[in-house]
Amino acid sequence: MEKTLDQFSIGEKGTVKRVLAEGKIKRRLFDMGITPGADIYMRKKAPLGDPIEVTLRGYELTLRKNEAICVTLEVEDK
Amino acid sequence: MKKFALAGNPNSGKTTLFNSLTGSTAHVGNWPGVTVDKREGVYKKTPNPVQIIDLPGIYSLSPYTPEEVIARNYILDEKPDCVINIVDATNLERNLYLTTQLLEIDVPVVVALNMMDAVEKAGDKIDAAELQAKLGVPVIAISALKETGLKDLMNRAYEASGAEREGATVLSDTPVAHLIGDVKIALKGQNVEDPLFHAVKLVENDSIEVEMHKETTPMIEEFKHTFSDEVFGDDFEALIADGRYKYISKNFASAVTKKEKDTLKMTKSDKADKVLTHKIWGIPIFVVILFAIFHLTFAEDFLYLGAIFKLPTLEELGLLDEAGEPLNAGVLILSTLYDGQLSSPGVFINNVWNDLIVGQFFGWLGGLVEESSMAPWAIGLINNGIFDGISAVLSFLPPILVLFLFFSILEDSGYMARIAFILDRMFRRFGLSGRAFMPMIMGFGCSVPAMINARTLADEKERTATIRVIPFFSCGAKLPILTACAGAIVAWFGISNADAITFGMYILGIVAAIVTVLLMRSTTLKGETPPFIMELPAYHAPQFKNLMAHLWDKTKHFVKKAFTIILASTIVIWLLSHFSFNWHFLEDEQINESILAGVSQFFQPLFTPLGFGSQLGQYGWVFVVAVVAGLIAKENVIATFATLAACLMAVVGMDFGKLAIDAEDGVDAVQAMIMATGITVPAIISFIAFNMTTIPCFAAVGTAKAELDNKKRYNGTLVFWLTTSYCIGAMVYTIGSWWWTLFIWLFVIALVVTGIVLWNKYGKDWRKHLWARGK
Repeated sequence: MEKTLDQFSIGEKGTVKRVLAEGKIKRRLFDMGITPGADIYMRKKAPLGDPIEVTLRGYELTLRKNEAICVTLEVEDK
Repeated sequence: MKKFALAGNPNSGKTTLFNSLTGSTAHVGNWPGVTVDKREGVYKKTPNPVQIIDLPGIYSLSPYTPEEVIARNYILDEKPDCVINIVDATNLERNLYLTTQLLEIDVPVVVALNMMDAVEKAGDKIDAAELQAKLGVPVIAISALKETGLKDLMNRAYEASGAEREGATVLSDTPVAHLIGDVKIALKGQNVEDPLFHAVKLVENDSIEVEMHKETTPMIEEFKHTFSDEVFGDDFEALIADGRYKYISKNFASAVTKKEKDTLKMTKSDKADKVLTHKIWGIPIFVVILFAIFHLTFAEDFLYLGAIFKLPTLEELGLLDEAGEPLNAGVLILSTLYDGQLSSPGVFINNVWNDLIVGQFFGWLGGLVEESSMAPWAIGLINNGIFDGISAVLSFLPPILVLFLFFSILEDSGYMARIAFILDRMFRRFGLSGRAFMPMIMGFGCSVPAMINARTLADEKERTATIRVIPFFSCGAKLPILTACAGAIVAWFGISNADAITFGMYILGIVAAIVTVLLMRSTTLKGETPPFIMELPAYHAPQFKNLMAHLWDKTKHFVKKAFTIILASTIVIWLLSHFSFNWHFLEDEQINESILAGVSQFFQPLFTPLGFGSQLGQYGWVFVVAVVAGLIAKENVIATFATLAACLMAVVGMDFGKLAIDAEDGVDAVQAMIMATGITVPAIISFIAFNMTTIPCFAAVGTAKAELDNKKRYNGTLVFWLTTSYCIGAMVYTIGSWWWTLFIWLFVIALVVTGIVLWNKYGKDWRKHLWARGK
């Protein structure tokens, strides 16, 4: 099943399928390691639910839902 | 001398390595982006000394942020003899991403595998030899913090710098490998240096490169038409970034052996994080921590013990003599810690420093001068001009250092980065990202590094707005204005708590920043909210060595300033206040005939709406002088009062029947001003607010100019500071004096807000309409 990163609930895991963004944001996501094939684990949400914190490639990254919506992941069906 | 450049990800320990190598005390923090400009130092233990250049921390050599461009241009244009790529071994995958880009430049590269001690502690293993074989450049395991492996690293770098190295790419398995090869050959034919690097960047469609090599781009465009990847289409930038990560995960996974771990088990960092960034408690915890810091630094009544238990004062205990002075040295020492209420640690240190050290020393020194056979004007200049000025500034060293220590702890531990995470949602409402929080909170220490740090904000408009409001986050030098004025209000009018006033003024500054950012982002600095994609470093206990280095740095800076720029300005002010326009030396009593008085009286009416103008009568101009002196350095405001206090005492002392005030204390100096001018409490608070939000010191203005790098924006910034401070001052004064003026202000604010909202909604149509009519 495919799902965008902003839809993840805490503790959910997925593998990046594609990143649909433009310019600066796209490059930044790529530079930080969000590329197809990367495993992402949803760690937590900030107070008020946004931004979110994820673990990928062995480190913690924070990004907003606005940016997370650009990242589509493959998640295992429950 | 050979030049070695340090390059690496933010927070990979680059600055720590730089400090260990050069013995410097550059600012180190535990959040991404502490170094934003390059810094230089010298390492002496190689056969010949080498120059070390600390480049800003970067994740990539993309053209999108200023610090990435700084690092990239440095390596390409200045051609260092070797690039030392520092890699955080606890986070190998993402760190090597930059390495793969650096390797494409024709420059010797040595990889320093930092934090190997932390990797081993976690039970993991990294095979440095295997990494070295795969990367094709020397890889040396080090610990920048424990200073292990540094000598080996530098020797290998020194060896490597002796030979040429041709750039190599890891992209040979990607579909664009062929294209990169062709472009490289074409560039080589044009005698371009670093052809491989430029070729990759051109294929990526990098904006800087496309501008530089216009004649080569058609070749790439042509290739693009014939090409389509199933995942990336013709987006080569994405394809290349992906290619790098693919290569890294394929090739370097075998070099890392992770200990079998129970993934559900939480590390210490996770546990701390769970509490500190809690969904509900995160923000309250942050506010409590901030309040605790101010309470520990400024509270006269620690934990409110004195108020709660109604403790007896020293006077009630019979430990003071008739003049209210301590009976003996023992009581004097006790008085620093206790007088009916317990001093907070900050206040205790402050009392020890001021009552026992600075006060005694300058008292003794002043006595020596007094008894010497110098001319009266020379004694006056030295005692009232120089000593009073310097000691008034030095007396504020303790609170600045204590406050700075707390901020260093927050920063070092990694909590600051979490605060950005917690507060992002709020900042977004004002059109900023959570990242803007970092330079702003640094503003509490000093505006200059804060403004430089604002470079980590990639969006130009966000950066401008941030730089403009940084001075509203009251810096260390403005603290004396706050504490002295608040102290004087408490002492003279006998109301309220000093720490409540101080805290309130800090809040006022923050509110001013929020309101003005909102205003700017909806008028002159409109734009989309910038992205927020940031690494959160692991928590770690602050390093004692690091903290002390911060403090020492700060002390040095402050003392240096006290003895140079502030000393010079107090002397100038003393001279101007003791000579008349026809260069006659004036006695203290004749201060109103001085040059200073003449000039300042001319400008005095300007400040009437703020409460410290014409209504203060013949001595009211002292506040004008203080404001102007504050433009040089904010410490000058209180130093000016101290310098002028002696004169005013001489005049006013007669009128008021000789009230003994020791001008060497900033609080007393302000009391002298209150006595001489009859300034009201709202006017004093307005004076504080004005100084806090107006044009900052010389150094900060210069930094703002350099960072904005745009004449129009810079001039706009100066106007912005002046209008904001004037409005805030007037608002504080009028509302404080006549509460009902609050409604007038609210009405004006409502009018302005409605105007802006309407303009943003319909402005375009109106302009079109007017334009059509004009035709």
